[in-house]
Amino acid sequence: MHLRHDERHRATLTLNGQSRSAEAEPRMQLCDFLRHQLGATGTHVGCEHGVCGACTVLVDGRAVRSCLMLAVQADGQRVDTVESLDEGETMSELQLAFRRHHALQCGFCTAGILMSCDEFLRRVPAPTERQVRDMLSGHLCRCTGYTGIVQAVLDVAGTRQAALEEST
Amino acid sequence: MKPAAFAYRRPQSRREAVQQLLDAGEDARVIAGGQSLMAVLNMRLSQPSTLIDISAVDELRYIERREDHLAVGAATTQAELLEYAELPDAVPLVHEVLPWVGHVQTRNRGTVCGSIAHADPSAELPLCLATLGGEVVLETRRGKTRHVSGETFFQGVLTTARRSDELITEVRFPLARSGHRYRFTEVAMRHGDFAIVALAADISDQRIRLGVGGVADRPVVREFAPDDDLDASLNELAWSLGAEDDAHATAAYRRHLVRELGRRLIAPNEIEEIADASTT
Repeated sequence: MHLRHDERHRATLTLNGQSRSAEAEPRMQLCDFLRHQLGATGTHVGCEHGVCGACTVLVDGRAVRSCLMLAVQADGQRVDTVESLDEGETMSELQLAFRRHHALQCGFCTAGILMSCDEFLRRVPAPTERQVRDMLSGHLCRCTGYTGIVQAVLDVAGTRQAALEEST
Repeated sequence: MKPAAFAYRRPQSRREAVQQLLDAGEDARVIAGGQSLMAVLNMRLSQPSTLIDISAVDELRYIERREDHLAVGAATTQAELLEYAELPDAVPLVHEVLPWVGHVQTRNRGTVCGSIAHADPSAELPLCLATLGGEVVLETRRGKTRHVSGETFFQGVLTTARRSDELITEVRFPLARSGHRYRFTEVAMRHGDFAIVALAADISDQRIRLGVGGVADRPVVREFAPDDDLDASLNELAWSLGAEDDAHATAAYRRHLVRELGRRLIAPNEIEEIADASTT
């Protein structure tokens, strides 16, 4: 692939299970592509240099900063954003736990944190508090002091483990 | 902020990547995971004419355990290396260090070679490469390669021995040797942040190699003999690094950390322990 600096490229990706495509200049970040070109505004853009974690999405199942990735780099990949947690009328288990434990206040960082937690719980189904805090070190939240977030993640992990044990 | 405009090329092979680098001239930059470069571009600290994205070059995505070293290809991510089952046995220092490199969300895309190419003086992977005496493999026109040792590759803040027509194709970490102990410690504002001071050590009963990151403009490695006066050697090392005050720490605090953390890494009783183990 060879694109001139002002040449628009049609990037196609699988966004939350649906094939979506739109045009992007080489310099367009994935986060801006999602918000401005595809209208998926659930992903928030904070620092734009990879520190705050607000823009975290899953690319091919792994949590990454969408401000540190170009839209053209995501061409052909699977991208999941906070909208993927939507289960119609109800919120997901993780979102409900966030509400129960007051794991958010202003909510700006939450979209990114939910995506990191979602991936984390699939990779580490029975985490220790230390592991949860290590995963959260990639996010900044200025409201909660993180305690509620840690409790919400441990709560979901505990519930899932209990359900697993009951069924076996 | 948003990056300034650049042309974008995505080669499919190593050969194509090198050729594009030659064609694009001195203003081109290579991007793989982009976890350092994208931040630099977003802040417009760098405004390259062309980005050459090697993340789709499958032949640069490998981890190979060879006779005396572990080779890591330029498109291999930090997460992939951390998940490599043989890593704790092959290069224990890198296994211990990788969880300190950024956060899980940046390790998922950030590459091992990219961190070394970026050459931040407080980054952990350059420190490991220099301390272990590893090397960087560079490729230029007509498949010509050059090997540069970890200690000479880093030449200053974000400055390396790479020439503008060379592509870093792999880095090589020497395999762990029996009777050696590998240790690492770091002080940072938060886990995952860049180090205020980071120390890595390769300790045997013959000699101690101690690497310091975060103080000088590049990782600095010193060798001591086990019977050297450790306090005097560490003090001399701490002063030799030209520490400066900045927003995170004073020069005096950095010198203090080099002495104190150095002492903890190379505790005299540990040297005796290793000597005992090797005689029994």
